[in-house]
Amino acid sequence: MKAIVDHQKCTACGVCVDVCPFEAITLQETILEISDECTLCGMCVDTCEFGALSMPEVGSGPDVDLSAHRGIWVFAEWREGTVHKVSHELISAGRKLADKKGTDLSAVLLGHNLDPDLFQELIAHGADVVYAVDHPELAHFRDETYSQALAELARRKKPEILLAGATSMGRSFVPRVAALLRTGLTADCTELDMSDEGLLLQTRPAFGGNVMATIVCPHRRPQMATVRPKVMKTEKVPGHEGRVETVDLPESTFQSRVEVLEVLLETDQTAKLTEADVIVSGGRGLRKGENFTLIEEVAKLFKGAVGASRGAVEEGWMPPSHQVGQTGRTVAPNLYVAVGLAGAIQHVVGMQGSKIIVAVNKDPQAPIFDIATYGVVADLFEFVPALVKKIKQEQGLA
Amino acid sequence: MHIVVCIKQVPDTKNVRIDPDTHTLVRQGVESIVNPFDLFAVEAALKLKDVNEAKITVITMGPPQASEALRDVMSRGVDEAILLSDRAFAGSDTWATSTTLAAAVRKMGDVDLILCGKQAIDGDTAQVGPEMATLLDIPYATFVKAIDIPDTNHLKVSRQTDEGTEVWKIPKPCLLTVIKEVGEPRLPSLRHKMRAKKAQIPSWGIAELGLEPEEVGLSGSFTQVVRVFSPPVRDDRVIIEGTVAEQAEQLYNLLKEAKVPGI
Ligand SMILES: Cc1cc2nc3c(=O)[nH]c(=O)nc-3n(C[C@H](O)[C@H](O)[C@H](O)COP(=O)(O)OP(=O)(O)OC[C@H]3O[C@@H](n4cnc5c(N)ncnc54)[C@H](O)[C@@H]3O)c2cc1C
Ligand SMILES: Cc1cc2nc3c(=O)[nH]c(=O)nc-3n(C[C@H](O)[C@H](O)[C@H](O)COP(=O)(O)OP(=O)(O)OC[C@H]3O[C@@H](n4cnc5c(N)ncnc54)[C@H](O)[C@@H]3O)c2cc1C
Repeated sequence: MKAIVDHQKCTACGVCVDVCPFEAITLQETILEISDECTLCGMCVDTCEFGALSMPEVGSGPDVDLSAHRGIWVFAEWREGTVHKVSHELISAGRKLADKKGTDLSAVLLGHNLDPDLFQELIAHGADVVYAVDHPELAHFRDETYSQALAELARRKKPEILLAGATSMGRSFVPRVAALLRTGLTADCTELDMSDEGLLLQTRPAFGGNVMATIVCPHRRPQMATVRPKVMKTEKVPGHEGRVETVDLPESTFQSRVEVLEVLLETDQTAKLTEADVIVSGGRGLRKGENFTLIEEVAKLFKGAVGASRGAVEEGWMPPSHQVGQTGRTVAPNLYVAVGLAGAIQHVVGMQGSKIIVAVNKDPQAPIFDIATYGVVADLFEFVPALVKKIKQEQGLA
Repeated sequence: MHIVVCIKQVPDTKNVRIDPDTHTLVRQGVESIVNPFDLFAVEAALKLKDVNEAKITVITMGPPQASEALRDVMSRGVDEAILLSDRAFAGSDTWATSTTLAAAVRKMGDVDLILCGKQAIDGDTAQVGPEMATLLDIPYATFVKAIDIPDTNHLKVSRQTDEGTEVWKIPKPCLLTVIKEVGEPRLPSLRHKMRAKKAQIPSWGIAELGLEPEEVGLSGSFTQVVRVFSPPVRDDRVIIEGTVAEQAEQLYNLLKEAKVPGI
């Protein structure tokens, strides 16, 4: 199989020839040809302004009764007695989709000794039903128990859409849920919408954020997606009412081959990068470890966390848990301040989802300026103290 | 112990960019590399082999030129390599990819441990490891940063979560996806380079794997990419000029306007 050319629409302009990463497209005189090198990556489709290129369809497989599936589900991530913020974000996003589709929205809470206040909070954000499974074997997260419980519930109640946060928990066990249910899963979405035919349009970054892809799951149910934290907005629905249903599942659901020996929570609050609203990161431009006190001071004024480039981590100035980027943490705070770091692509892929990016660098050509909302070309050792002074003045601290 | 490492050949994303005029992806002159996380998986396997009796087989699903990626990791000390290649595999989503990789593991039979990278830097889904383990009905652990062997039947692994570290005991056979903390990849050695260059790499297609065309590639996929496009360019960029005091003042005001917390 390969990309399909509509020769009626093709103008032989050749744009797609240069776009194909696999050099699978050639122009033979004025006829576009696609060779066996085509991997069906889809890159060419959107670049054709004449709509002449399309992808063949995924196989429909054995018949699945799509109409038997109804309602939108959000997995509410429970850890240490609280529900993760992303779950409330997804309830809010799910509410909009449910209203658009004219269907119900449910939240699923798995855990042990669940606090009823959490149910009410999910309802206040827009859930019509909260399914709660409370079992000692769910006290600690394990992929097997969590995926078996969620898959078993889904088999019984047949939702048409199932959403979960793209957290370390969601990205770990949700693929197993999808595999157990024999359905598709879209990873780390940043946008969700409903097509006119009622298909969930799942849009996500790929290639380290260099491209966006919209993905559908046409023939299987539920349509499943993990969604990146902090991209959807939370909104309470005033006066919203819902009900709670406690579900008992067979004991076999809670069996796991894995034994949890230890759970060590990171006590160092500053390392809680993925949760922070503001992150101030330093790079090799700081020249030595002691100078990170500058970064820490700014972070403190913003009540934020401290991040670092791999350059700074390799120098031993910051522990690896602070590293942002491809081989570190992926973050998307409201404000990301990059100080004395170049903005290498491997760093950028880990923070480009941030709402506001401030770059402080003395080199106006530094790649970090390409993605910065506010760029400050300056020597950090002069600028950062000036900024600290200004904030302190305004906060009445100086 | 037989360890299978799954590796993927990917475009080196640092050279992938969007042409600012045509808004299309430019990948000309972009090299193919071994997915960086998979080099960590290879290193984790080699470390286990350093202190235990072990055989390491590396597999990849990809076009014929993906055998270059296999030779790369063989030159670092991996024992054997198998290429999974067939026109029918084109267009695989993570489910179809997992189906193919799982079939290869089943065909090998005697596998104790499967190692994958945390994620591939092109598809970026991190789904193949967990889905493949589910298909093989073996337990798995993701985001693993350290592996110990407490007894002959189990592994003890530390995994990095958003909240901290978890230590799990997991029976073999199992699958682990690893992050960079498992160890910096060792460099190719001359001896292994020679061996890798000469190695005959078997290539398995659907016939060898006992799979039907409907089970693999686009036909066997559940998800469909309907649109690929360049991310919208940010047009709200401002360069702040002046003395540092003026710059600090301006930045402060802009952040205040944007209602940044803490200001
Ligand atoms: C497989 C792989 C994975 C990687 N993963 C990551 C990752 O997860 N995260 C990551 O960050 N990197 C990662 N890297 C490394 C990345 O390529 C860069 O090498 C690294 O980010 C550079 O760190 P830096 O910007 O601090 O240092 P440099 O590149 O040295 O940049 C220092 C910057 O500071 C500026 N500067 C210097 N002095 C001053 C001053 N007085 N005032 C203001 N500015 C000043 C300079 O102009 C320069 O732009 C990875 C690399 C590879 C190959
Ligand atoms: C733009 C775009 C977006 C996509 N989004 C989705 C999506 O949301 N959902 C979906 O199901 N599919 C998606 N796909 C398809 C997906 O990229 C492919 O199925 C790919 O073969 C595997 O996914 P990955 O690259 O994300 O690998 P990951 O799951 O991130 O890879 C994890 C590990 O699995 C192993 N591995 C992965 N691929 C191979 C291989 N070919 N050979 C050997 N080992 C391997 C490696 O150890 C790797 O480190 C998308 C494709 C494109 C082009």
